[in-house]
Amino acid sequence: MKTPETLRDLGLDWLDGSGPHADIVLSTRVRLARNLQGHRYSTRAGAGDREAVYRAVAGIVETPVFSAGFRLLRMGELDGHTRRIFLERRLVSSELLGRKRPDHPSAGAAVLVCPDDPVSIMVNEEDHLRLQSLVSGLSITDAWSMVDRLDDGIGRDLSLAYHADFGYLTSCPTNTGTGLRASALVHLPALVLTKEIGRVLEGLDRVGLTHRGLYGEGSDIVGNFFQISNQKTLGSSEEDLVQHFGNTVSTVIEKERHARQVLRGAGPRTEDLIWRAYGLLRHARLLTYRDLMELLSGVRLGVSLGMLPSPHVSALNRIIIFSQPAHLAEAAGRELDGPERQAHRAEYVRRVLEGECGSPTTDTGS
Amino acid sequence: MSELDRVCDRPDCDSPARVHLTEVVDNKMTTQYLCKSCAEEKGLNPASEQGVEIADFLEQLARGDDMDETGAATEPCDFCGMSLDGFRDTGRLGCPQCYTSFEPGLRRLLNRIHGAARHTGKVYLPPDPAVGERGRRLDDLRRRLQSAVDTEDFERAATLRDQIRELEPAGSA
Repeated sequence: MKTPETLRDLGLDWLDGSGPHADIVLSTRVRLARNLQGHRYSTRAGAGDREAVYRAVAGIVETPVFSAGFRLLRMGELDGHTRRIFLERRLVSSELLGRKRPDHPSAGAAVLVCPDDPVSIMVNEEDHLRLQSLVSGLSITDAWSMVDRLDDGIGRDLSLAYHADFGYLTSCPTNTGTGLRASALVHLPALVLTKEIGRVLEGLDRVGLTHRGLYGEGSDIVGNFFQISNQKTLGSSEEDLVQHFGNTVSTVIEKERHARQVLRGAGPRTEDLIWRAYGLLRHARLLTYRDLMELLSGVRLGVSLGMLPSPHVSALNRIIIFSQPAHLAEAAGRELDGPERQAHRAEYVRRVLEGECGSPTTDTGS
Repeated sequence: MSELDRVCDRPDCDSPARVHLTEVVDNKMTTQYLCKSCAEEKGLNPASEQGVEIADFLEQLARGDDMDETGAATEPCDFCGMSLDGFRDTGRLGCPQCYTSFEPGLRRLLNRIHGAARHTGKVYLPPDPAVGERGRRLDDLRRRLQSAVDTEDFERAATLRDQIRELEPAGSA
């Protein structure tokens, strides 16, 4: 029930809250979908095809494209616990872990990780390659530049599927062209409380962006956390897509800040909501993840408005990641059943709010 | 049961399913089928959802509305064997060659999803590029350099200048 030491800090860069507007935008991600020429996509690929894609990627890991720290990890060779840790950190998708048989990764499924940069590549997901960068706050240009450089390097050594008219060819036509999906995880409690959120979300739709819950398509909106992403990938350059995305999310941030000022001047109700959330988190003995996220929303708002002196936004980010089931199991050193997990979660949150801002990972085993 | 015969997945609704959420998904496939009104209730706007664009397109193909236009597109892909039925079931193509095999219909589909069917972004330079490919890549890099300069992203501009120098024939300005 332990993630190998060398993999323990992967995918956590964004937690430090160092990016612009990190109190509202938790993280920004840019993903590029790429495929190798001459190989079937995963919907049609047998084990042989998938292994061939894996070997092609393995063949370039040692080249100068990648810094020395990059590691290509086969999903099938990682233990189930480490795979779930990666899933909870969004380093891998549930599709990569095996959609048809959960927790049974298909042949050739792998992830290329880098301890030095917040970039990674899923191998043999829906597309052969899914390159992604994940950074703190609204840092869309940085996120794009990182993944663009990675793409340039890969394209020099591997023949990618590309069409003069259609651009980069992908398994799903909704990704064709640039293959670029930008997304930001944003916290919009004031727009929800002032009932302005509907108008903002409609506005997003009109300018070609879409929204979903914390855990992607089909997931509920929990804790006023929304994922905003672009819908169209063809017909605009990557720079234009990224700029349009950044400008639009900036507008959403402005509207959220304005709504927060409205709430601040609206009497003691907001302050009461924030302190109640803090009080419950500070003292609860059992917490479901959904309860936690709803309460964290209030505390995060309180910190941003200066109504709560602490904790820092980075501690709140850590709670989101380290309160998930596999991370709690890692801290406990064993699997936890439902009620136990709720108790461990509540205890961890209490410790963080008491000022012990460590992660369960670093707190245990000593 | 074909997708076209499906009814809405909501327990108390038996209207024909018109929204197939699989097609809307970015990274993952979902299996939910909804009628138009249940989709709207869920906050989906069928008129603007990519999934419905695909569903509508596939429905037209199934009815034969576009058979004249698609022509050979009804034949399976000669590289991977993917058929239109397979595409209809999964919403996914089988291989890069499918784009050529199903080109007329796909071009229309791409237009409906993205409002365009021509890529105007990054130009890919394969490992052993032909002269024409090198030229197109250079044009693209110069365009991106200008964009970086316009947005005062000078670090990026420097990287792009290096890439341009690497590709330019020796002796050119």
